[in-house]
Amino acid sequence: MSKRFRPDVDVAPWKGGHSPYDIIKEGTIALVVVGLLTLILAVVFGSPDELAITIKTWSNATPLDFAATALSELNLTSGTAQYGAPYNNASTGQQLGPLQLAKWVGARIPINTVNDFVIDPLKSLPAQPDLSTGLKQWSSASSATRSHWVSSYTKASAKMTFVNGQVTVTASDVGPLPVLINNLTEMARSGALDQALVTQAGFYTTDFTLPLLFLADGSYLASLADHQHLTGDQWGMMNETGNYPGQAWLWLYTFWYQIPPFNASGNGDVLVWGLMMALSVVLLLVPFIPGLRSIPRKTRIYRVIWREHYQSVAKE
Amino acid sequence: MTYTEIERQWTTRLRRRFVRLLPPEKLLPDTQPTYVSSWIYVFGVTTLAALAVVIASGCLLALRGPQWWHTSSVGHFVNSLHLWSVEIFFFAMVVHLWGKYFMAAWRGGRALTWMTGVVTFLTSIAAAFTGYVSQSNFDSQWISTQAKDGINATGAGAYFNVLNLGQMLMWHIVLLPLAAIVLTGLHVILVRVKGVVPPFEEPVKVSQ
Amino acid sequence: MSLTHFAALLPLDTLGHYLHWHFIQISVANFVVIVLMVFTFIAAIFAPFPGRRRRKENQ
Ligand code: HEM
Repeated sequence: MSKRFRPDVDVAPWKGGHSPYDIIKEGTIALVVVGLLTLILAVVFGSPDELAITIKTWSNATPLDFAATALSELNLTSGTAQYGAPYNNASTGQQLGPLQLAKWVGARIPINTVNDFVIDPLKSLPAQPDLSTGLKQWSSASSATRSHWVSSYTKASAKMTFVNGQVTVTASDVGPLPVLINNLTEMARSGALDQALVTQAGFYTTDFTLPLLFLADGSYLASLADHQHLTGDQWGMMNETGNYPGQAWLWLYTFWYQIPPFNASGNGDVLVWGLMMALSVVLLLVPFIPGLRSIPRKTRIYRVIWREHYQSVAKE
Repeated sequence: MTYTEIERQWTTRLRRRFVRLLPPEKLLPDTQPTYVSSWIYVFGVTTLAALAVVIASGCLLALRGPQWWHTSSVGHFVNSLHLWSVEIFFFAMVVHLWGKYFMAAWRGGRALTWMTGVVTFLTSIAAAFTGYVSQSNFDSQWISTQAKDGINATGAGAYFNVLNLGQMLMWHIVLLPLAAIVLTGLHVILVRVKGVVPPFEEPVKVSQ
Repeated sequence: MSLTHFAALLPLDTLGHYLHWHFIQISVANFVVIVLMVFTFIAAIFAPFPGRRRRKENQ
C-alpha cells in the first residue's frame, strides 16, 4: 500500500470471523416493539387537537383588536402591508448580507391589503344603503382623498369604542371610513368574512393565505400562542399545545432565535436560516472535515461499543 | 431446466451488474462480522420499523380524508398513532445518528451512506413540518404564520407557501414521504453493499 | 362501539409545564424526550448484547 492509512477515512479489510445474525428476525421484532409502543402511547396520551380559531371568534372575543387590525390594512401599517416579497413591494424584506433573496424573487403571491382584506369582502355583502354609498364614495375618490380620510381616521382611532355591536370613532373628514370599518367588523363577527377571504378564488379552495395573514396581523392569535408558550422567544418552535412533546429536533434552530445577534436583528430569520443551512452542509460533509471526523476516534466511545471485539483482540 | 444467458444484451448486463453489486447473500446475509455485537446496531432497524408505522398510520388517516380526525374519535385515535410513531421515528433516528457518528461509520468508502442518512434526516424534518402545518387546527395556524417568515426570508416562500393548506398537504402526503422512502431505500442498500463498518484498528495492532 | 372507547386515558391537554434556566426554556415533555434519548444512547452502548457471548468461528 503506497497511500498512507488515514484512520478516520480508511479501514483495513476485516479478517476476523462471522457469526449468525438474523436481520429479518431483528426487523420483525423491531416492528412489533415499535407498533406496540405506538399503540400504548396513543391509548394512554392521545394527541392534541386545539380547535382552529376563526376571524369570527377573534372579532367576537376582541372586536376592537379586529377593528384596529382592519384599519392597519387600510393605512398600510399592518405586518402584511409592510411585508415586502412575496406579498408586495412595500419593503426590501430581510437580507443576508448583500443578498436580498426575497426581493429578488419578487411579489409572487401579490396581496393588496386594502382591497383583499377590506374593500373586496365588503363588496361581496348584500346591498345595504349606507354601505353601498360608502363603497361608491371610496371607489370614486382619488387616492389623495382616500389617504386623507384614512389618516384623519387613524389619528382619531385611539378613542375607538365598541358599544352595542357598533364600532364608533368620533372624527370629521373621514369619508366613508366609519361605515367601512364598522361593516367589516359586523361582517367578521357574523362569520361572513371568514368565507369571503377563502372564496375569492372561486368555489373550491384549499388556500388559506389571506385569512391566516389577516389573523396574524392582529394580536389575538399571538396572545393565545403566548399563553400556550408557542412564541418564537419562548423556544416555541419545538413546542406543542398542551403537555405533548413537540418538534424537539428543532432545538438548535429555535436556540439561535434566543441569542444575539439573531434575536435583535431585523434580518434574524434569514440569518438563522443561512446558519442552519450551513450547519446542515457541515453535518452532511462530516466524513470529509478534518477535526470533526476525528472526534469519534479521540473520544474513544467506540471502545465501549466494540468492547467484546477489543477484549478478544487483547487475548490473542 | 437449462438456463443460458443471452450475451450482449442490456438486460443481461444490468442484471449482472446488480448481482455483482449486491449478491443475494449480501442483500440478506445470515451472518455478521463478530464485532457487530451491541444494542446500538438495532437503532437503524428500529428507525426503519418506525418509518413503516408512520406510513401505515398516515395511510389510515388518508382513508377518510384530512378533516376526519377532528370529528371522529376513531380518527383522533389514528392521529394519535401517527403522532407517537413520528416521535419514536425521530427518537430512534437521533440515537442511530449519534451511534454512527461515534463509530465513525463513514470509514471505508461509506461516506455516501452517511450522506444519504443526513439527507433523509433533513427530509424527515421537512415532512414532519408539513404535517404540523397540515393539521388544520390552532397549532397549524400558529406554526404556519410563524414559519412563513423564515421561509419567505430565503426567497423560497414565493414558491413554497406554508399558508396554502392544499400545497402543504400534498407535500406532506405525497412528495416528502416519497422522497423519504426512496432515500431510506438507497441508504439501506448502501449499507448492505458496503457491509457493516469494522472497528478502529488499535495502535498496538497497527505495527507493520 | 361507543366513542368513549377511543378517548385517551391520560390526555396531556392541560396547559403545558415549562422549565426555565436563564434564557433556556423547554417544555417538560420535550425535556423528558431528550433525557430519554440520551439515556437510551448510553444504555445502548453499555448494556450487554445478548446471545453473542462465545460464538463459533465459522470461517
Ligand atoms: C429514515 C432514517 C434512517 C433509517 C431508516 C436508517 C436505517 C439504517 C439501517 C437499517 C442501517 C443498518 C443497521 C445499523 O447499522 O443500524 C443503517 C446504517 C447506517 N446509517 Fe442509517 N438510517 C436512517 C438515518 C440515518 C442518519 C440520519 C444517519 C447519519 C447522519 C445515518 C447513518 C448511517 C450510517 C453511516 C450507517 C452505516 C453503518 C455501518 O456501516 O456500520 N442513518 N441505517
